[in-house]
Amino acid sequence: MSDDSFEPKIVGFLCNWCSYRAADLAGTARISHAPNVRIIRVMCSGRVDPTFVLKALSLGADGVMIAGCHPGECHYIEQNYKAMRRYYMLQHTLKAMGVEEQRVQLVWASAAEGQQLADAIDKLVADVKALGPLGWSKNWAENGDRIRALEDIVNEHKEALEVPR
Amino acid sequence: MSKTENMAATEAAEAKSKGKLAIYWAASCGGCEISTLGIDTKILDLAAAFDIVFCPCITDGKTRDVEKMADGEIDVCLFNGGIRTSENEYMAQLLRRKSKVLVAFGSCATEGCIPGLANLHDRKSIFDNTYQETCSTDNEAGVRPQSVTQVPEGDLHLPVFYDTLRTLDQTVKVDYYLPGCPPESDRIWEAIEAIMAGQLPPPGSVIGSNTTVCDFCNRTRSEKKIKEFKRTWEVIPDPDTCLLEQGLVCCGPATRAGCGCLCPQVNSPCIGCYGPPGDAQDFGARLMSALASVIDSNDPREIQAIIERGIPDPVGTFYRFSLAGSLLRRGKRPEAENGHGQQAATGGAS
Repeated sequence: MSDDSFEPKIVGFLCNWCSYRAADLAGTARISHAPNVRIIRVMCSGRVDPTFVLKALSLGADGVMIAGCHPGECHYIEQNYKAMRRYYMLQHTLKAMGVEEQRVQLVWASAAEGQQLADAIDKLVADVKALGPLGWSKNWAENGDRIRALEDIVNEHKEALEVPR
Repeated sequence: MSKTENMAATEAAEAKSKGKLAIYWAASCGGCEISTLGIDTKILDLAAAFDIVFCPCITDGKTRDVEKMADGEIDVCLFNGGIRTSENEYMAQLLRRKSKVLVAFGSCATEGCIPGLANLHDRKSIFDNTYQETCSTDNEAGVRPQSVTQVPEGDLHLPVFYDTLRTLDQTVKVDYYLPGCPPESDRIWEAIEAIMAGQLPPPGSVIGSNTTVCDFCNRTRSEKKIKEFKRTWEVIPDPDTCLLEQGLVCCGPATRAGCGCLCPQVNSPCIGCYGPPGDAQDFGARLMSALASVIDSNDPREIQAIIERGIPDPVGTFYRFSLAGSLLRRGKRPEAENGHGQQAATGGAS
């Protein structure tokens, strides 16, 4: 489903030491990229709990980007490896729930890679646009006949109570 | 005043000072009632403090009796079970109205539990499976339960089966939560004592411990580094070492304490029936995080292989008890799917 009018909402968790600076650099270098990403700065990609990603999706995000320092270059030695393991664990679960893997992407971008980060953002937005809205926040489907069924019970019980004892 | 009148007055005064207790089950298995009766002879103390005004499992009482009560007449209602049908929802609303304190009792009412795993499917695919596709079912006419059936005498109604099982607090306002599948009898008694003494925590909180199963587990823990997750049938674990260190998927790090570590004590990994501890919003996310941390690899391919081989059913592993109450939602509109993870032939994607 591709709809030109669909502008996906993307939440980006960017690490303080590399990727957030890459975003800064992209800004100062006036590199243009898709405006769909709402960036949240975290101290390290290892800080990104799977809860953050699930919460973003359940509150209406169509995609999530997790970005950190390149493997081996983490400010906190190896926490980005931890981010990577969590990412694959989360992807495994999301896949079982029918969520396409392109919706949640893990990106490595150093402080010098403003262009690479901008490209990664463009790619994520294009991927999610091609997939269409996730609509997770609405997706616990409701039964149309629920209200009527509840009214039926109330009415039936009223009738039952009128039977002389 | 005559002696009999005096006695009657005392009895009336006693009856007045007695609280009113209701215990109800919605979409649940009845285990919560068994566990409640497991408080043993203390049930007499309970009966001394409370009139059990409504509990379909152990006393005779009718919905109409509850309907006739004044609003807020029941002091405490222990409500177990999730909201699967319109009848469940009606009873939840009714008991909420009639009760001063409504307790989501047990895993089903707090987070959906096993019945909530059906949220991977919708009503149609559940009915198709149950009434058609199972190999022992012979249903050539394709009969399905109907909420309304017309007979010569009029319309007959059955409760409407919902697409989605909801937890109690997704349906009505809940005052307290008592987790566990089922809650341990000792924890139930502690909660009842707290209620009787009026020493309840602030409304909206969980009655129970805030730490994890690991905090009470006697096994020796050292640094965890594992190269593969093992299924329980693949290994006989060492009785003294942390089960997670031995590669078993133990839910201890993400599970609220309160059970007394019953499963690890008998060499079986924790399955997480007590739900997440106080500081965790999503049980599965907490467990994914904990399990990912112990994988001893920095190579993406190896990590993926370890996860895919060791955890073949991630939703059933991470959300066995909490799918309905979790942050997870179905990925696709249910109408577009035929219940086997494939798009229905008629198309109609959302």
